[in-house]
Amino acid sequence: MPKLIKNAQIVDDPRSVVKLAEDESAGTIALPGTPALLPLAVWLARRDEIIKSGVPHGVWLDANEGPEAIAGDLDHLAVIGVNFPKFTDGRSYSTARLLRERYRFKGEIRAVGDVLQDQLYFMKRCGIDAYALREDKDFAAALASLDDFSESYQAAADQPQPLFRRRSV
Amino acid sequence: MYRYDSIDQRMIDERVAQYRGQIERNLAGTLSDDELRPLRLQNGLYIQRHGPMLRIAIPYGQLAATQLRKLAEVSRRYDRSVGHFTTRQNMQLNWPKLEETPEILAELATVEMHAIQTSGNCIRNVTTDHFAGIAPDELTDPRPYCEVLRQCSTFHPEFAFLPRKFKIAVSAAKEDRAVIRAHDVGLEVVRNESGEFGVKVFVGGGLGRTPVIGKLIREFLPRRHLLSYLDAILRVYNRHGRRDNLYKARIKILVNALGIEEFARQVEEEWSYSKDGPTTLPDDEFDRIAAHFAPPAYAALPAEDTTFAARLKDDKPFAAWARRSVHAHRVAGYAALTLSLKAPGVAPGDISAEQMEVVADLAERFSFGELRVTHEQNVVLPDVKQSDLYEVWQIARASGLATPNIGLLTDMICCPGGDLCALANARSVPVADAVQKKFDDLDYLYDIGELSLNISGCMNSCGHHHVANIGILGVDKNGEEWYQITVGGRQGKDATIGKVIGPSFTAEEVPQVIEALVAVYLEQRSDSERFIDTFQRIGLPPFKTRAYAGRDKAAAESSETDAFTKAPHA
Repeated sequence: MPKLIKNAQIVDDPRSVVKLAEDESAGTIALPGTPALLPLAVWLARRDEIIKSGVPHGVWLDANEGPEAIAGDLDHLAVIGVNFPKFTDGRSYSTARLLRERYRFKGEIRAVGDVLQDQLYFMKRCGIDAYALREDKDFAAALASLDDFSESYQAAADQPQPLFRRRSV
Repeated sequence: MYRYDSIDQRMIDERVAQYRGQIERNLAGTLSDDELRPLRLQNGLYIQRHGPMLRIAIPYGQLAATQLRKLAEVSRRYDRSVGHFTTRQNMQLNWPKLEETPEILAELATVEMHAIQTSGNCIRNVTTDHFAGIAPDELTDPRPYCEVLRQCSTFHPEFAFLPRKFKIAVSAAKEDRAVIRAHDVGLEVVRNESGEFGVKVFVGGGLGRTPVIGKLIREFLPRRHLLSYLDAILRVYNRHGRRDNLYKARIKILVNALGIEEFARQVEEEWSYSKDGPTTLPDDEFDRIAAHFAPPAYAALPAEDTTFAARLKDDKPFAAWARRSVHAHRVAGYAALTLSLKAPGVAPGDISAEQMEVVADLAERFSFGELRVTHEQNVVLPDVKQSDLYEVWQIARASGLATPNIGLLTDMICCPGGDLCALANARSVPVADAVQKKFDDLDYLYDIGELSLNISGCMNSCGHHHVANIGILGVDKNGEEWYQITVGGRQGKDATIGKVIGPSFTAEEVPQVIEALVAVYLEQRSDSERFIDTFQRIGLPPFKTRAYAGRDKAAAESSETDAFTKAPHA
């Protein structure tokens, strides 16, 4: 079973990430019977059907998608995936912060895609709390990297007060 | 200058440990070269033509004597006893070993230095006026603003992987000595009618392949909103900047594509959510940082020192140097002085370990232990008593640091070029050297007067050739080095991109062409006109005609390839 870093632990993770193949369409693809992360297009096309099914699916947002399209649906989503097509593509950091700080999403935000050890600290700060590390990588080392830095200057999802508002205390 | 507290220091130390681990994993084969690449770049490490190059951050050009001494030591132990100052006020070491770079960074951390975000697609080292805090034409000291920006940009979690690099410059003086409109964000510190401090914000400037002068996005942004507004700009850019084409990924391309009005609207909308939030900068925090830049203990001195005046009268070489190198200071009896790193036969901006130690000594003895790196690749001693200038000059001269050419044609900005840099199309240092030789007569140089000449070895424009009165750009034509020349660029508040005069030249031709351009100026100038003034009055054609006199045939042959290199990629 694939592994996931979550709650400062390495856990087994049964939730699959559904991708639309070229010959599949959002309107007709078969919905999994177990909880999965669905593409945004599937969610938008079949929102009511998915909610009615009672399976606690989540949605994953690609780097170019952003959170606006699901901003009104957050109560129905237990997990939102944010995709990093390449680890050098930084758009999903903004997506994660918007989900946490603007839309007040309280569920799990999971990094999927090209997820690597040296970005986890930034991901954590942006409100991502589950990391589907690339399978060939060292999960224990990655877990330790969440604490590469013990302090940071900016306000972010994990710390609403910038250092300058805490320094003098 | 700003001194770290225990938290600042801890973060720098943790960064060294993180980087050490990354290099170890790379050497062990568990972190691939491609995966390491953006990580090492954000620690200033390039892999160059002959090996690695390490770019060390000198935040806003501010350097303590103890730090320069450490740089001398590091360059001796880990490099070839030489450093190179860049146009972003940083220092590059050109010959470190990859496996020793964690040790270098650990050494630097002991003097509050690092190489964080000196490269990579992130917020880079902030730059400012090298006369910050001492310039008579200054509204206020821009350095606290820079330090505020340094802190908020260091390890910014959301903006570590932007579409492309992001450069910020700050100026707070009448004359813009930081080229703020050639930056992704340029900030001019201003006051509004009620006396409140804030910044005028320019966005979307930049040199490189598509030179663009920054556009005004906000006339007055109160200081407390600096960080939240900047975050809004960065978020719009991070989300919507192009990532499909490296050459179209800078914010200037997004600003041009949307138009400044639409871009500003998107920023305002984004900002409406964070305005007045926790990132609002309190006055007491600004004051805490500003206190680090409190003026040193100046002596009460007469405005004009009589011994200095007498020396100027009696000693012609000293007077010639002082005329170019000594600058007005806001405090009576003091001066700022520029030590030239543009001696003949030396690569512009290069400084030997020995010279670093001499400069550190000078700073300690005569300038409160502080110095500045200029974006023109020289070093400034900011607070020297007029009565000490003669002695400083003698010491500097003995170490090759007193070439009296500041602001003149041979005070060239020049990138390392094809001798060292993997990106370069052509060598730049030998061209600089040839121009130096052509203009080695000081009387001739003084007669020409103020003239900026900048050289870049490729389109990346590290040598700022676009904003030079005369710019030289190395281009590649079928594997050969050629040089395209621009005229009429300028820095400052009237920043202008120079115009290409025509087909490019061989390295051998360049010095003669420069001489021809200068000859046109000398013939046509009136009274007190500088080169740039004459150019603006008479326009490009006379310069162009003279540059190509007798070269019609060669020009026709090379024009085809040049059309490619000239075309701006919009």
